[in-house]
Amino acid sequence: MSAVAVRPRMRSRRKGAGLGLVAWLLGILFFLPIAWMALTSFHSEQDAATNPPSFAASLTLDGYREFFGAGGGASPWPALINSTVASVASTLFVLVLALPAAYALSIRPVKKWTDVLFFFLSTKMLPAVAGLLPLYLFAKNTDMLDNIWLLVILYTSMNLPIAVWMMQSFLAEVPVAIIEAARVDGARLPTILTRVVAPIALPGIAATALICFIFSWNELLFARVLTGVVAETAPVFLTGFITSQGLFLAKVCAASLVISLPVLAAGFAAQDKLVQGLSLGAVK
Amino acid sequence: MTATTTAPVATTPVHTARRPSPRLRAWATRAPLLPALVFMIAVTQLPFVATLVISFFDWNSLYPDARHFAGIDNYREVLTDADLRHSVWTTVLLTAAVVLASLVLGLVLALLLDRRFRGRGVVRTLLIAPFLVVPVAAALLWKHVLYNPEYGLFNGLLHYVGGPQPDWISNTPLLAVEASLVWQWTPFMMLILLAGLQSRDHEQIEAARVDGASDWQIFRHLTLPHLRRYLELGALLGSIYIVQNFDAVFTITSGGLGTANLPYTVYQSFYQAHENGLASAAGVLVVIGSIIIATFALRVVSSLFREEVSRA
Repeated sequence: MSAVAVRPRMRSRRKGAGLGLVAWLLGILFFLPIAWMALTSFHSEQDAATNPPSFAASLTLDGYREFFGAGGGASPWPALINSTVASVASTLFVLVLALPAAYALSIRPVKKWTDVLFFFLSTKMLPAVAGLLPLYLFAKNTDMLDNIWLLVILYTSMNLPIAVWMMQSFLAEVPVAIIEAARVDGARLPTILTRVVAPIALPGIAATALICFIFSWNELLFARVLTGVVAETAPVFLTGFITSQGLFLAKVCAASLVISLPVLAAGFAAQDKLVQGLSLGAVK
Repeated sequence: MTATTTAPVATTPVHTARRPSPRLRAWATRAPLLPALVFMIAVTQLPFVATLVISFFDWNSLYPDARHFAGIDNYREVLTDADLRHSVWTTVLLTAAVVLASLVLGLVLALLLDRRFRGRGVVRTLLIAPFLVVPVAAALLWKHVLYNPEYGLFNGLLHYVGGPQPDWISNTPLLAVEASLVWQWTPFMMLILLAGLQSRDHEQIEAARVDGASDWQIFRHLTLPHLRRYLELGALLGSIYIVQNFDAVFTITSGGLGTANLPYTVYQSFYQAHENGLASAAGVLVVIGSIIIATFALRVVSSLFREEVSRA
């Protein structure tokens, strides 16, 4: 024991390097399915479906051509456009509703503001499936089935609690003293909001928007039940690949990758604020 | 924080004349909140009330004229129906297994990432990636590209070592769904626990180390108690999201082979069987389950939240 304890620093350094290596290995292991998906998407269908796998097969863009409808299959563009509309529009609505609400919960808080905050959080804990049937019946009776704007409304309600929580915590970081100082100097509310509050809160607002975008883009249950041919979103388009259709691995991989790309981009852009959003603002 | 802290200068008479009544001011403070509040109540609370009402009716949408009040019959049927009972059990099993496994894996990864080593940022990015694959795409990836018995990656790799060539999804359907979900949710747990680790009191740990505490003692008596609430938060949020999981079950097994969980069953009973009353009763049961989890979740969030507020 004492022989080892003589050079504890040396020992801990070696152990540190070993643990770093373990972290690297686990990181690669977790990433492996994605790397394999990316590689397969650039293989020909024949090379994609071999056992043992062909790691070094020649690369081709056929999977992507096939996915974008070159082989006579359905084009993914309408679904991609629908998803973009649903995600971007709902995110904008969320911001329009959440910003004033967050203001009334942080900078000029109403009485019992924590209760209101927790009401928003509790709605997030109500499973979506619980309201699915009435929403379906409502949509059917008002001719809103297969209408992308119905999804926009639902995605707005799905993301609003997260946004209110996140933005409340970002706006609460704006020092009250600065706002008071601006007010004493005669600045009016619009000026205070655009010149004082916005610059401090903007990075947080951007991260909130990215996270809302991700959740809307990923959503399947509502889209599956409430849309059909016209308003189909990208995840619904992907469900077309659930049953096997001969050799189609490269195409599935290309489709999965293309449709995940916006989420991967948004997620990495919001990396630092991701935890805060996912934990509904409870963890910073 | 009632704005009146800035004392008006000299012009008092004019100012009081223009000052709105307290009640009006209270409403002015509340006004920015109202659109969001009204919207949330309309879109999330009203449908649930409707679900509750429908759950007391015998209502098959293929026979709309035969709709009638059925009392608690739907609940009796949901709770006695073998398939539905099984789906309750599946939901519990799926949620518990995925949450526990991803929490343990997430803790290991968070502890590894909390240390300084070369390329830590890269490894963090690699580990977050699975969470950022669209859930349906991730499920398709596991179903076709990894699990496929003939040309999937798993059997391909087993081929090299001369191992067996199992049909993963048919042999162990629930485990297959769980593994794909653990892969996606481990990064989530890791991020929450990493945030917990980084909010530790480093001076206290240094002091313990100087006093001769071993790594294990520090972990057991300082790190773990500090992490407790983050573990709880991860478990509860994970439960809330995974209880509701639909994408993986729908994609990997289409609810077959005994993997149908409650959300899938609700979806199926009204989308395919058109049993509105039964679907609603099952939906209400999902909500009751979620409320039980959510009560604890809200308590944990609020304790972390109060800590944040008092620290600020």
